[in-house]
This record gives sequence, C-alpha cells and structure tokens, in this order.
Amino acid sequence: MKVELKIQRFDPVKDQEPHFETYAVDCEPTDRVLDALLQVKGLMDGTLTLRKSCAHGVCGSDGMRINGRNRLACKELIQSQEQPIVVEPMKGFKIVKDLVVDMEPFFEKFRAVKPYLINEDPPPAKERLQSEKQREKFEDATKCILCACCTTSCPTFWADSEFLGPAALVAAQRFIFDSRDQAKEERLDIVGEKEGAWKCRTIFNCTDACPRDIEVTKAIGEIKKEELFRKL
Amino acid sequence: MNSYGSRPAPTASTFELVAWLFMRLSGVLLLILALGHLVIMHLINDIGKINYEFVAGRWSGELGMLWRGYDWLMLILAMLHGVNGMRTILEDYLSPGRRRILVLTVLYVVSFAFLAAGSYVVFSFRRVM
Ligand code: SF4
Ligand code: SF4
Ligand code: FES
Repeated sequence: MKVELKIQRFDPVKDQEPHFETYAVDCEPTDRVLDALLQVKGLMDGTLTLRKSCAHGVCGSDGMRINGRNRLACKELIQSQEQPIVVEPMKGFKIVKDLVVDMEPFFEKFRAVKPYLINEDPPPAKERLQSEKQREKFEDATKCILCACCTTSCPTFWADSEFLGPAALVAAQRFIFDSRDQAKEERLDIVGEKEGAWKCRTIFNCTDACPRDIEVTKAIGEIKKEELFRKL
Repeated sequence: MNSYGSRPAPTASTFELVAWLFMRLSGVLLLILALGHLVIMHLINDIGKINYEFVAGRWSGELGMLWRGYDWLMLILAMLHGVNGMRTILEDYLSPGRRRILVLTVLYVVSFAFLAAGSYVVFSFRRVM
C-alpha cells in the first residue's frame, strides 16, 4: 500500500526552524512506522536522522510523536495510523537533528531519584528474598525502558522543564515500594519536593503514552499517598 | 550516604503536600456546601423570594450564627481553593522571575482583600429595618 509520511526535519547547520517534508513510500499494512522511516532513509534521503536499535519495543530508543501521540515507531503498525502519518520528535527537549532529541536532561532527572537498590546490609549468601506480594507493589514500574514517551507527553513538563517528570517518578516508585531497599525516606524526600510528585496534575497523558502499558499516573499517585501517610 | 555534593539534600515540601491535600478535601466539602446552597436557594425557595430581607432574616434569626458559619466556610474554602488553583497554574506557566513574583503578589493581595471584606461582612452584619 502507498503510505504518505509527513516528517519534521531540522538540520541545525542549515535550518533556523524545523519544517515538514512529505515522502511517499510503499509498505505492507502490517509494517511498522519504523519500517517506513527506514525506507525513506535507505532509499530516498539518507540524511534523515533518527534513533533506533532493537526494532522490537525493548530498547526504548525510537520514541517519537506519531500523529500527535508519543509512540515507539517500532511498535506502531502502519494500518492503525491515519494518513498522512505525521512524525515529529518528542516535545520538550532540544532537537539535535530531525527526530533525535537531546535526552541528557531526561537521564539527569532519572539519576536524581537514585534508581538503584540501596541496602547497607551485607548481601546474604544466595539472594535478598522477597514474597510475591511484596514484589507486586512495584512490578509494573520495573517494565520501564526509559523511552521518555511519558515525560515528553506531559503538559506540565512542557511548561516547566524543571519538573522531575513521570519517568523519573516511575523509577522512584520502583524502589520506594521495594521491600529490599533501605533508602525509602531519602527517596521520598527527593520526589516530595515541589518539582517532584506534587507537580503532577493527573492529566494522564503519560499513561496514554507509555508503550509498556505502565500505569504511570497510578504510580505517581501511590507516591503522593506514601508522602501523605508518612507525615500523618 | 549523602551524595549531593555542595547542594543541599532534598527535603520533601510539606507545604505542597498540605496544599495538595487541602485541594482534595476542600473540593469535596465545597461540592456538598455548594449543592446545599443551590438546593436551598433555588429549589426549596423560589428565586423571586430571595432578597435583602431573606438573607438578613436568615443571618439574624435564631440560627443566625449557623448560617453565617455556612456562608463563611463557603467563602473561605472557595477563595483558598481558587487562589491555590491560580497559584498552581501561574507557577506552571510563568518561569521564575520578577514577572511571576509580581503576578503572584497581585493575586495574594487581591484575594486577601476579598477574604477580609467578606469575613467582615459575614460577622459584623446588622440588619437594618
Ligand atoms: S499524570 Fe502527571 S506526570 Fe502524567 S502527564 Fe499528567 S501531569 Fe504529567
Ligand atoms: S514509564 Fe513508560 S513511557 Fe515512561 S519512560 Fe518508562 S516505558 Fe517510557
Ligand atoms: S527500536 Fe528499540 S524500542 Fe523501538
């Protein structure tokens, strides 16, 4: 089938402003948007710049705005998109080139919540045990692949780049509710700051955007509840 | 344990927590109070009957203090709920700086004046025949 793509292009060397360019490619309806983009890059215009790696929705490198919604290009089927398929870089970050944005501020926020297990006890011989029930509390958040689809779909983040953002909050939830972790209080201090969980306005864009179907807003809500109950 | 270098370690904001909780509680309360207000003023009583006499009578009768309390609570909750909502929006959409401080100051001053004037009227009101 013929597919029309409208891709936002920006070359920092030549362009003042991003602009759209249209391409027509031949695809199967069951191809993914990524296949179409790679066709453009491979056969029509080699300068088209995008990130991708696994092409199977695992690595989180090809998050972008597809027809106005943040999606992984490798997970979106051509047949489920209206034409022309409008492809833009994720909003809220500096564009490096075309569909590639500078993710450094995103990872900086991620690091700020200390996304690693903190446990001062000497490790036991085999493993730190945990019941299934204890695990369930943060199971959802472990699925995150750091694609930034959530954070860059969040209107609060667009307006205020200081906001920690949903992805970092999901990472915090993952450790705050982990029974093996000992830095719960410290983490709650970090995400309980003004630019942390309280900046979330429960708009639910993040939940809609997450390609891993993580209930992002719910995770943030759990953090807010935890902040509240530790003070009561 | 401290890995914040020269920056101060984060301390969760109690103010934002309280503000968040207040918005939820006042929202629920306002819903009840405002619905009650609507029912009393528009369903139980005919709108044409509501005039100075009606309100003055209610505020001066035996249950005067109760009605004044009802109206004052609505005033306080609605003002604080609204002002905090405005603060939230302004802090989201204005970047930190002089303009933001100015706008927020105007918001606080104006709403304090409304609150003070409203409270004064509610509690000092005397009926004139
Ligand atoms: S729910 Fe919160 S974090 Fe998610 S998009 Fe809305 S404001 Fe942003
Ligand atoms: S929570 Fe979902 S949308 Fe956000 S970074 Fe993780 S996988 Fe991506
Ligand atoms: S390329 Fe890895 S998630 Fe899409």
